Amino acid sequence: MKRLPVNFLIGTAFVGLVVGVAALSLIWTPHDHTLLNIRSKFAPASPEHWLGTDQLGRDVFSQLMTAARNSVVVALTAVFIGGGIGVSLGLLAAAIGGLVEDFVMRLADISFAFPTLLFAIMLAAVFGPSLTVAVVAIAFINIPVFARVARASANQIWTREYVYAARAAGMGRFAITRDHVLPNIAAPVIVQATIEFAIAILAEAALSYLGLGAQPPAPSWGRMLSEAQTLMYLAPQLAIYPGLCIVLAVLGFSLLGDGLRDITDPRLARER
Amino acid sequence: MGYFLLRRTISFILTLFVVSAVVFAVMNILPGDPALTILGLDATEDALAALREELSLNDPIMLRYLHWVWDALRGDFGISHSFRVPVADLVAERLPLTISLAFSGMLLTIILALALGISAAANHRMSGDWGVMFLSQLGIALPAFWLSILLVMLFAVKLRWLPPGGFPGYSEPWAAVRALILPTVALALVQSAVLARVTRSSALEVMRLDYIRTARAIGFSRQRVLWRHVLPNALIPIVTIVGLQFAALVTGTIVIENVFYLPGLGRLIFQSIANRDLPLVQALVMLFAAIVVTANFIVDLLYLVIDPRLKTRS
Repeated sequence: MKRLPVNFLIGTAFVGLVVGVAALSLIWTPHDHTLLNIRSKFAPASPEHWLGTDQLGRDVFSQLMTAARNSVVVALTAVFIGGGIGVSLGLLAAAIGGLVEDFVMRLADISFAFPTLLFAIMLAAVFGPSLTVAVVAIAFINIPVFARVARASANQIWTREYVYAARAAGMGRFAITRDHVLPNIAAPVIVQATIEFAIAILAEAALSYLGLGAQPPAPSWGRMLSEAQTLMYLAPQLAIYPGLCIVLAVLGFSLLGDGLRDITDPRLARER
Repeated sequence: MGYFLLRRTISFILTLFVVSAVVFAVMNILPGDPALTILGLDATEDALAALREELSLNDPIMLRYLHWVWDALRGDFGISHSFRVPVADLVAERLPLTISLAFSGMLLTIILALALGISAAANHRMSGDWGVMFLSQLGIALPAFWLSILLVMLFAVKLRWLPPGGFPGYSEPWAAVRALILPTVALALVQSAVLARVTRSSALEVMRLDYIRTARAIGFSRQRVLWRHVLPNALIPIVTIVGLQFAALVTGTIVIENVFYLPGLGRLIFQSIANRDLPLVQALVMLFAAIVVTANFIVDLLYLVIDPRLKTRS
């Protein structure tokens, strides 16, 4: 068997660690992450509290674990919703072509005028900040990304001979899309999704840091950092761990995405 | 060339209109009474009615949209509900800081990215190349706000070389520059990580071409070939990404201003959310979106300068 690319292996390890810890936090954390204990606030790392405690005496390690779950769930939900809508639009554009295709792609162009943060700001101003706002904003920004990838890949498939054969045999556009196009664009879509997970985790952290995402007491790496920033003279270590977690998760997904692309599309890998 | 220019300009103007419609729709059509959102649940019926009148919420939605666009085109963005002054004045007061931050950040990004990207390409498959690639991979995964906090902890809290945040105003130029150093670096480091990658791969594409080998064979120095022949021909993808990045950078200033407590548009937008000042949020979001669209339009125009082939085509 061919050797797997290094970035794929490292990415899988990091992603495995983050997702594993997130899943583990469902059934076990060293302490209850919401448990207050003012008397042991700012405790240093110890066998009791592996990474010490925060300003309210809450166990930092348990908070990081629960926050990992928050990050993974938000990224998964947002990318699945945005990706689902985006891929459907892209497939529709490629299948029908003509004015519909132009229209969908113009919409995709225009939506690039709204970075995630701007969209989240609008929603937060109208509905008040919440985790849902963060999810919707991240999902929305994923729609044009996936629409473009799906359409570009689908258009290639539509020129293949087996598609001509299917059309000649009287198969409808919908059936061809389902049976021939969709399975053949799965690889680029999955690669894109993996990279978008990385971007989504980064976006969720930024939104939560700014107060537009996870609300207290739900732990989130971004929110932990915004609390830690006010305590940076007292307990600088609190501003280190959540940031490292974000980097680990983002790096993991983006390396995994690069690795998957190298495996599924070796032509792109030549320059690495 | 004329055709290209005309088509781009029309599409630019149309995009601005669609964007304004989306902003207006999200801020207004979504369920809920804006007057209630602004004043809160314990507002009296009289106060609500007065505010509805002030914001002309009783008019049909299309009429309100046209009013908003028409006024905005004449530079009138309405009155901020919380500050009780025209939105245009608030923006004019805070825009210079955001602009200085965005442009200094962009400049530093381009300098860093070109230097790192070209030198990585020149040392392809050597340790320098791997070093740059590793750093840029790390930079892409680094949240700008965390990097900011780390920079503040090192340079402001520990070493005390630079202020941890805040802005003294332009009347003290030296203090103003010092206050902007860390925000600029935080903004630029992350962005240049992305751009350095693009620069490297685009330069590698060009370096493989025959005329580069010819130039080397003629006896031009490595440096001359790199900067005079490789870079100009590698610019198209770089400029495309710079355009996209300028958009990311402008929204990045929103985050960075909040990390460093800088009184620019980014701080203003968060104050307006906290104050539930919907007219102000609407104007600011529109302003940021317009900047993003304009940046992309300028990139399109830059193609004409960089790629002379576009001038003769069509």
